[in-house]
Amino acid sequence: MITTDIVVIGAGPAGLNAAITAASMGANVLLLERNVLEGGQLIKQTHKFFGSKAQHAAARGIDIAKALYQSASQYPNVTMKFGATVLGYYEDGVITAEHHESIITIKAKKYIVATGAAEKSLPFPNNDLPGIYGAGAVQTLTNVYGVLPGKKVLMIGSGNIGLIVSYQLLQAGVQVAGIVEAAPEIGGYLVHAAKIRRAGVPIYTSYTIKEAYGTEMVEGALIMQLDKNWQPLSGTEIDIPVDVVCIAVGLTPLTELLWQAGCKMKYVPQLGGHIPVRDENLTTTVSDIYVAGDVSGIEEASAAMVEGKLAGAAAASSLGYGSGKFAEIRREALAQLAELRSGPAGAKIRKGLKLLVG
Amino acid sequence: MRVEEHPIINFTRGKKVNFFFNGREVEGYEGEPIAAALHAEGIKVLRHTHNKNRPRGFYCAIGNCSSCLMKVDGIPNVRVCVEALREGMHVQTQSGRGELRDNN
Amino acid sequence: MLAKTGVPTNEDIQKVMPTEKRAEQGPVAVMECFQKIPCDPCFTACPKGAIKEFSDINDTPSMIESKCTGCGICVAYCPGLAIFVIDYTYSDDEGLLKMPYEYLPLPAEGSRVETLDREGRLVGTARVVKVQRIKGQQKTPVVWLAVPKELLMTVRNILGGGISCGG
Repeated sequence: MITTDIVVIGAGPAGLNAAITAASMGANVLLLERNVLEGGQLIKQTHKFFGSKAQHAAARGIDIAKALYQSASQYPNVTMKFGATVLGYYEDGVITAEHHESIITIKAKKYIVATGAAEKSLPFPNNDLPGIYGAGAVQTLTNVYGVLPGKKVLMIGSGNIGLIVSYQLLQAGVQVAGIVEAAPEIGGYLVHAAKIRRAGVPIYTSYTIKEAYGTEMVEGALIMQLDKNWQPLSGTEIDIPVDVVCIAVGLTPLTELLWQAGCKMKYVPQLGGHIPVRDENLTTTVSDIYVAGDVSGIEEASAAMVEGKLAGAAAASSLGYGSGKFAEIRREALAQLAELRSGPAGAKIRKGLKLLVG
Repeated sequence: MRVEEHPIINFTRGKKVNFFFNGREVEGYEGEPIAAALHAEGIKVLRHTHNKNRPRGFYCAIGNCSSCLMKVDGIPNVRVCVEALREGMHVQTQSGRGELRDNN
Repeated sequence: MLAKTGVPTNEDIQKVMPTEKRAEQGPVAVMECFQKIPCDPCFTACPKGAIKEFSDINDTPSMIESKCTGCGICVAYCPGLAIFVIDYTYSDDEGLLKMPYEYLPLPAEGSRVETLDREGRLVGTARVVKVQRIKGQQKTPVVWLAVPKELLMTVRNILGGGISCGG
């Protein structure tokens, strides 16, 4: 059995920052990642990030992933295992993971769960046809492996993922037939929307997908307008022939390990579904388990990076490492999080976090 | 289809390898997910469901949703969106639940 | 309106237009950034101190137009690709537009290209004056276009790459 101070589960923006911060304070860290690549979803983010310098603003996600990995690699007290899927958390505080087709058991004093999120699906007739994908999946296929999903795409959802993936499909030479948004207004950042509008892509606000059609693969979709009460308006169908439909209707936290560990969970729709109840230092109700990033509620990657630092510092400090450093890291992190969440774009997140208290 | 030139990304691909899709020899790059290699060959239907025999492709590309289960080298229910391609692999569309391997 | 269509209205644009006096003096940035989002790289990128320090990172940028030289560094740094430089003094009948362009193929210097407005509609042609690479943001080339002066605030893209004409 492997023993260590801190196990970080997930090597995305939150997990890498958690590992770096905890290691910088002197803790021994084992970082486990189920993918063979480091960086979590950063590996496909070819766009420049928002935020400020502390969260690598204006750098591209793909470059941030490399920088964070290099930074983590510089610590002799950080061990990283890729292709390692954590399978279970047991009541004696031991976890098991599958790594290179064998099972390893690990006992850490503290765990930081930074498992991220998965894409939601959307119910409509024929939503299971090949050619209908999560938008993030298409982003992975195109930007990580350089394989195009098809020739012409219909995007469902105008949040930042829908807008960004549409732009990145255009960059890869794929046509985007349009973006469909059920809400009366665009969900993501309007600068992203402006960017794809000037590339000739229509955005259908107050529209929904009625059905997809095709036999073995998707051949097109019918979209239709919604009224003020979100009810479909008959006679407004538009037939859009496409060979790809991307679903970008939000993410939901990957919380299986937290449920298994008995962490108290709460349903907070503003943050993507069931999320762990935790204190300001990101400690869950199981005191040896911390959370950071999307698993603790869906936000932008900039917030995930700051949360990673906070959870890493809190876990290391609880084990007596980095004397005195924690207070400063904590103050900085909380100030940055407050700032990132303070504007109108953070209203939903603030509302969600308020629901989480108590 | 593969992206050859991209304004932001320089793709580094592994060694070109041959593998088999339903017995037919096709090409891909070592280390890329099987699903990516199949897509590059225009193959999007990866299995048929056990109950209604509906075609399925991949959905999440992170090994999470189990939409992309195929039979790889005789082993069923392999998530090909995250399973790395190797030379000579036999990849087959899966119908139904897949027979579990008998280890005895 | 912008939140419904993704296209800034004339009213939105008027709010970020340089003063007539400043526009007559040469190249100047137009920051088509209308939404409060947490983002400040334009401030940190500007070498001239022409963008005021953000008191709240969610604020939209605020420019000191006398300090702006129209160098275009912010054009390449803006994560939203929302900044353009306009120059009404370029020639008698042409103005110069500097815009971010992250598509392939890059237009050749000296060639003529079809221009698009904020909705991707064809509005005419322009001459490509230069394709500039800004240090630190080489992957966001800044394309300089000579366009008829009256289209300087209309043209915002060119046809090419994966872009299809919005009709």
